[in-house]
Amino acid sequence: MQADIFAKRRKDNLIFFSLLGLITIASIIVTEYDVVKGFTSVFKAAVWAVANFYPNAKAMAKLPDILPKLQETILMSISSTTFAAIFSIPFALFGSKVTKINNILGSVSRLIASIFRNVPIVAWAMVLLFSFGQSAMTGYLALFFTSFGFLVRAFIETMDETSTSSVEALRASGASYLQTIFQAVLPSAAPQMISWVLYTIETNIRSATLVGILTGTGIGFSFELYYKSMNYNAASLVVLVVVIVVFAVEFISNYVRRVII
Amino acid sequence: MQMEETLNTAWEEPSNDISNDERPMSIRKISKASIVMNATLLFLAIVSIYAFFTFDYKNVNLIEAFSSTFYNLKIVFLEPHLKHFSVHETIWQLIVTLGLTVLTTLIGSVIALFFGLFAAQNLSTKLASNIIKAVVAFIRAVPTVLWVLIFAVAAGLGSVAAVIGITFHTIGYLIKAFSESFEELDKGVIEALKGSGANWWQIVFQAVIPSCASYLISWTFLRFEINFTYAILMGAAAGAGGIGFDLYMAGGHYFDLREVGFITYIILAVALVLEVISTRMKVKLSGFD
Repeated sequence: MQADIFAKRRKDNLIFFSLLGLITIASIIVTEYDVVKGFTSVFKAAVWAVANFYPNAKAMAKLPDILPKLQETILMSISSTTFAAIFSIPFALFGSKVTKINNILGSVSRLIASIFRNVPIVAWAMVLLFSFGQSAMTGYLALFFTSFGFLVRAFIETMDETSTSSVEALRASGASYLQTIFQAVLPSAAPQMISWVLYTIETNIRSATLVGILTGTGIGFSFELYYKSMNYNAASLVVLVVVIVVFAVEFISNYVRRVII
Repeated sequence: MQMEETLNTAWEEPSNDISNDERPMSIRKISKASIVMNATLLFLAIVSIYAFFTFDYKNVNLIEAFSSTFYNLKIVFLEPHLKHFSVHETIWQLIVTLGLTVLTTLIGSVIALFFGLFAAQNLSTKLASNIIKAVVAFIRAVPTVLWVLIFAVAAGLGSVAAVIGITFHTIGYLIKAFSESFEELDKGVIEALKGSGANWWQIVFQAVIPSCASYLISWTFLRFEINFTYAILMGAAAGAGGIGFDLYMAGGHYFDLREVGFITYIILAVALVLEVISTRMKVKLSGFD
């Protein structure tokens, strides 16, 4: 009997791993991925980076050009996240199990959020580029749309987790819908919600780089500019400032999280 | 008494200040928390509004642009068609994108599993753990697209650069996730095995990996979902091919919004399926990127 279990487990594992192997081989063929070249180019890239990809004195002279772009990207990330958070709150209230008004409204708001979150940011950027051109609003709105979709989902989960018992208590004592929301749901979910907002800001700074490359704005545009003109020293400086900003945001949000949660 | 007072004020002034959280117990801790929370909200509000005064609007008429965006979105979502690509060509590109997703997730998770063990403090030395964690923090801080473009210098634009670049970010993400799962493991289990003379590899394969397996699998699938998005983005921004490249061509070269719509619907369908699966198999995970 015991031996059967082990034999069956071995067989299951064998099937699982051979299936995984087949999918991997199929993927390699489909994507025309050159496995050997993959490994060798990691080392080639490392060697190249040590020799060429570091900021030198000439690159540092570009810093005054880079910093305003960096500022634009940071402000864009923070602002789009904050406004997305404000718009997310009503949708999350309708979508949460605890505070929903009815099931139809709940499903509709969850579906809307899901569409906003799953339409790739490239598609948003492409559509917005038609009307807003290379202005900062293109990137702003693209970030806004995806952050909105993400934050609705995060807020719904937060509200479901944090406020079930307090809502029941207030309902039992005869509080109205709005009283329940402002006295129980939002206060108890607030720390976790702020934590999600901070996390989204961090993600958006990285996404803003990508959107910037696509739409020619912000820090992504700076990178693209130096990269295409093969000024790799300046391009590495752009990477460095992005890393510093991401670390700083992470540091601050870790501090805030530690204190408020 | 104090309890009553707080309750009274809560009843009399239904304020919409979400940080108005004054429970009578442990007032000091809460007040520091509420100061930081209010400060954070205030900071975010000021910066968010200030941002609008600094943007480069390039003389775009905002009202006109908003209304034309609305009109364009209607075209995108209500009149999708294909013109420059055939249906089976588009489906093939979708398969290429899924192939990129599979490769990056698989390679990434295998490498991350290995380094995750050495990054977990209960399975490794403090020095090794700290070094790996510092490197991982750096890898995650650099946006994926920049990794892909950096590797593209050595490997040329294409699937090799995309796979390595996305894999790199995947490794960073999963090492953090995996090592945190390992660190939550009950200390007694490891000690018991050590006491019975098991060596490190035996501990890892008999105790650590089996008991974390469900976490490892859900993290990996969550990353699969994220990598699908990245595979699309890298197709558009870094020439990695796949459906993302078609999307970029349709929007940026053919200026065909209806085609953008069709491709978006295909991507949306796959993404929704992935999201449903990952919600189903969700163990409690706190997401991060």
